[in-house]
Order: sequence, then C-alpha cells, then structure tokens
Amino acid sequence: MQIYLPIAEVSVNAFLLLGLGGLVGVLSGMFGVGGGFLMTPLLFFIGIPPAVAVATEANQIVASSFSGVLAHFRRRTVDFKMGGVLLAGGLTGAALGVVVFNYLKSLGQVDLLVKLCYVVFLGVVGGLMFIESLNAIRKARQAGGTAPAKRRQRGWVHALPLKMRFRTSGLYISAIPPLIVGVFVGILSAIMGVGGGFIMVPAMIYILGMPTKVVVGTSLFQIIFVTAFTTMLHATTNFTVDVVLAVLLLVGGVIGAQIGTQIGTKLKAEQLRILLAMMVLVVCGKLALDLLLQPAELFSLGTDGGH
Amino acid sequence: MMRALLVLMLFAALPAQAIEEEIVLGLSQDRVAITSTFDGDDILVFGAVKRETPIPDAEPLEVVITVSGPSKPVIVRRKEKKFGIWVNVDSVLVDSAPSFYAVATSAPFNEVLTNTEDLRYKVSIPQAIRSVGADMKVQDAQEFAQAVIRIRKAEGLYSLREDTVAVDQQTLFRTSIEMPANLIEGDYKTRIYLTRGGRVVSQIVTDIDVRKVGLERFLYNLSRQQPAIYGLMSLAIAIFAGWGASAAFTVLRNR
Repeated sequence: MQIYLPIAEVSVNAFLLLGLGGLVGVLSGMFGVGGGFLMTPLLFFIGIPPAVAVATEANQIVASSFSGVLAHFRRRTVDFKMGGVLLAGGLTGAALGVVVFNYLKSLGQVDLLVKLCYVVFLGVVGGLMFIESLNAIRKARQAGGTAPAKRRQRGWVHALPLKMRFRTSGLYISAIPPLIVGVFVGILSAIMGVGGGFIMVPAMIYILGMPTKVVVGTSLFQIIFVTAFTTMLHATTNFTVDVVLAVLLLVGGVIGAQIGTQIGTKLKAEQLRILLAMMVLVVCGKLALDLLLQPAELFSLGTDGGH
Repeated sequence: MMRALLVLMLFAALPAQAIEEEIVLGLSQDRVAITSTFDGDDILVFGAVKRETPIPDAEPLEVVITVSGPSKPVIVRRKEKKFGIWVNVDSVLVDSAPSFYAVATSAPFNEVLTNTEDLRYKVSIPQAIRSVGADMKVQDAQEFAQAVIRIRKAEGLYSLREDTVAVDQQTLFRTSIEMPANLIEGDYKTRIYLTRGGRVVSQIVTDIDVRKVGLERFLYNLSRQQPAIYGLMSLAIAIFAGWGASAAFTVLRNR
C-alpha cells in the first residue's frame, strides 16, 4: 500500500516503512540502543530526502526513548541530576548543531557532513566494540569465567573544578565533563538525526565512570529532551519533520523492540555485542563506499535555500 | 516600443489558418487530489477540432500536448573527487525548471514541430528549462541543465512521449498523461497545439489543479503556518505512542 508523505512529498510503501521500523526496533530491543544510527541511513537508501530523514528520526527517537525510560523509572535507574547536567549541555549542542546543519545545507554540503559523521563514528564505535567483545570472548574461553570488572581510575576528570555530587551514580565529580559530553552528543543528534546513545553510553562509562546500571536509563532520559528539542528546531526552521513518516516508523519500532528484547535475553552479552559491532561496521562500510566510489550520477539537484 | 513591434510581428507571422481551426478541449479531470494513499494518476486529455471550412488537405493535422508543473529555481551540484572522496564542488543555479514536464505528440517530435516553432512556443523539454544567470565561474553550464533533465527523466518527472496522441479523422484527438506519485502541489499548465507541417496553427491553454487534500492538506499547512504547534503535536504523538506501547506490553506481560 503506497502512502504519500505530506512533508517529504514522496510516495512510499507503508509496509516497507512499518517493516523498517520493526527491523530496527528488533535490533534496538536486542542491543539496547535507540537504533537511530541505523534508521537514518536506511531512510536515505529508500529515497527519503536526507533533511526530512534526520528531522523525522529525531521525532521517532522521542517515542522509543520515552517507551524505554518508563521501565527505568520503575527500576529507579535514572540519575536525574546527572541527566540534568547532560541535558544542559545537550540543548546547547543541539542548537549549535542545527545552526551548523542549516549553514552547510545552504552550501550544499549537508549530505557530505552527515555521511562523514556516520562513517567516522560508526567506524570508531563499531571497531572498538568489535575488538573489545572479541577480547572478552577470548578471555572468557581462557579463564572459563567472567572477566574481572575494571576499576575506574581517578584521572583528569577528577582534577577539574565545579565539583558536584551525583547520588544515584555515587559520584563526586566536576560538572564540566558531563557538560562537554552533553554538548557533543547534542551536536551529533542535530546533525545525524540520532539520539547519540551509542556515543553517550561509552562516554558515561569510560569517561565519567558511571555505574553501568544507571547509564542506559540516564542516557534515555537525556535523549528524550535533546531529541524533542531537535525536533522542534527542525520543525520551526526547516519544516522537515514528517509526522506521517514518524508514526509509521514508531508503530513498527515499538512492536519490534518488544520482540528484540525477547531475542536479546536468549543470547550472551558478548555475542550480542559482536553482532551489533558487525552490523555497525556493515552500515559504515556501505556509507564509506558511497563516498569513495565514483557515483553513477555526478550531479545532484537541490532547492534554492535562500527563499 | 521594441516590444510592441515584436508583438505585431508575431501576430503577422501567425498563419491565417489559426482562426480557421479551433480546439475544443476536454479533460477527464481538472484537479488531482493528493490524498494519503495517492499513488499517481492518469489524466485523459481529449478534444476535437472545430472548423467552419473543409479540412485543408495540405499536410496532416498533428497534435502536441504538454503538461508542466510549477517552475522553481533548482541548484545543480556536481561532485568531484577531493581528498579521496566524492564531494560537491561546483554548483549552478538553474533559474527555473518545472517540477514535472510531459510532452505527448501524435508523431515523432521532429515531424510535428520545427525547431523555430519549438523555440517560439518552448515546447520540448530543454526549452522548458531556463538558465539565464548561469554562474560565470562554471564553463560548462549547459551540462548542468542537461543533468536536470537526465535526473528528472530517471525519476519519471520529465518525459517525451512520442506517438502517444491518437488523432482520428484529423478532428478528434486524445491521450492519457501519466502523473507519477512524487508530485508537488500547484497549477499544472496544460498546453495543446495543433500543427500542420511543423507549424502551430492553433493552441489552447488550461490548468490542472494539483492539491493535497484532507489530512495531507491539514498537516502540510500546519507545518508551514504554525510550525511550533506542528512540532509540539508531533512530539505529543510520539510521547503518547511511546507511553501507549510501554503500557500495552506491560499489561500483556502481566497476564
């Protein structure tokens, strides 16, 4: 069944969108990631204009994060204070990101920027995760048990001023690193149309030294507000949020996420991580090839931005 | 003064037959409604030639029909390899290119219209695109205009459909214009030319109104006129859907 998207002004198959939403939902349920970093490139592949894909995906992430954070509220695994600091940085970053996005759009380089961001971050995150989980599997085989948890070290993060106490995380650190992480993720969220969980979660664990159990809930809490803000910015400056597209994706997504969670509980953590890493690297490779190989059509059309 | 003279010359150049043969036009529909399940449309353009005198037996009557969507400036960008990757380097602003352009003829294009008549009435696809203020920095600006045609042909937006207008008894004609699903809104100008020996003997212009209707209309207007409310509505829907899904699955799991 074809459906005409009022803002994207293209006609696409509704079941294809539901299916994509479902597929990414399954993966996000399995791996506990938002899935924005997979969905946005997939939307490019099926012909949604990149500006619409990025803005609409931000809207869809609001829905999936809200659905996810409710479970964490019940388990009390959300550090509101840390979330608030990350959020302050995130909102600043998102505003900066939309400015950068609009500027590059007027130069005609926005597709390049978005794709480069994807290649770099997917490559780095996928590569690190792949190596890390391979090592974990190898260690588990050798020792025949679980790898010992690494003690978080007191490094430069603890030497900065403006210290704050984060009770839920059991941390007493400077507010500056979470602010910087927040700004950084906010910029990425606006430019790449992602929640940024795949960057923020490692940053929270390895840089801020937060306990793993509060990381996912806190990042989801922060992501809701940053992506909501991004959605509003895109809706009011670019008019590129397509609510019909968002609804179709999120209906598929929430159903898929529940199925994914069921599958996820049946697999081992290292196996899950290595699967996710390979998937991330495949998407990264496809986007990198697009940039490296000579495209069949060297010309592209754009609308006049300065109206 | 110059312009008035030109207009006078134009009138003088029109053949006398122009008054003798007149088009009576019908359209299967003069509006296309873009609904949420819009999947393209076929528009039947048909008509008859009204004349007071017997059919001139010089050359056979041919018909050319064009349908063109709203014209807008288009930025055409070209990629080049820089630092090992393909990057947009130069761009040309094409002043005006129709979003949709279809030409249907009753015989091969060269036979129904001469080059001079094509230039005068701007019928063929390259004539429909105007790129006057091409950037002086770019030398091969013509290639950019050709790229617009090539890309839009590939998307099914531009088409030359030769031999698709049926003409009966030099009097009745009809064709079906296929409109793709990726249409944008606006007045689609429809022109019908009668030609003999490659010269236009009569013409008529009408509009096909392409509009979003219903929910599509509502959402599009809201997003442009009240972007803040539209954004908040999108967020509300997203939060409600997220909460609903979570609640529904909690209920399912507890049973």
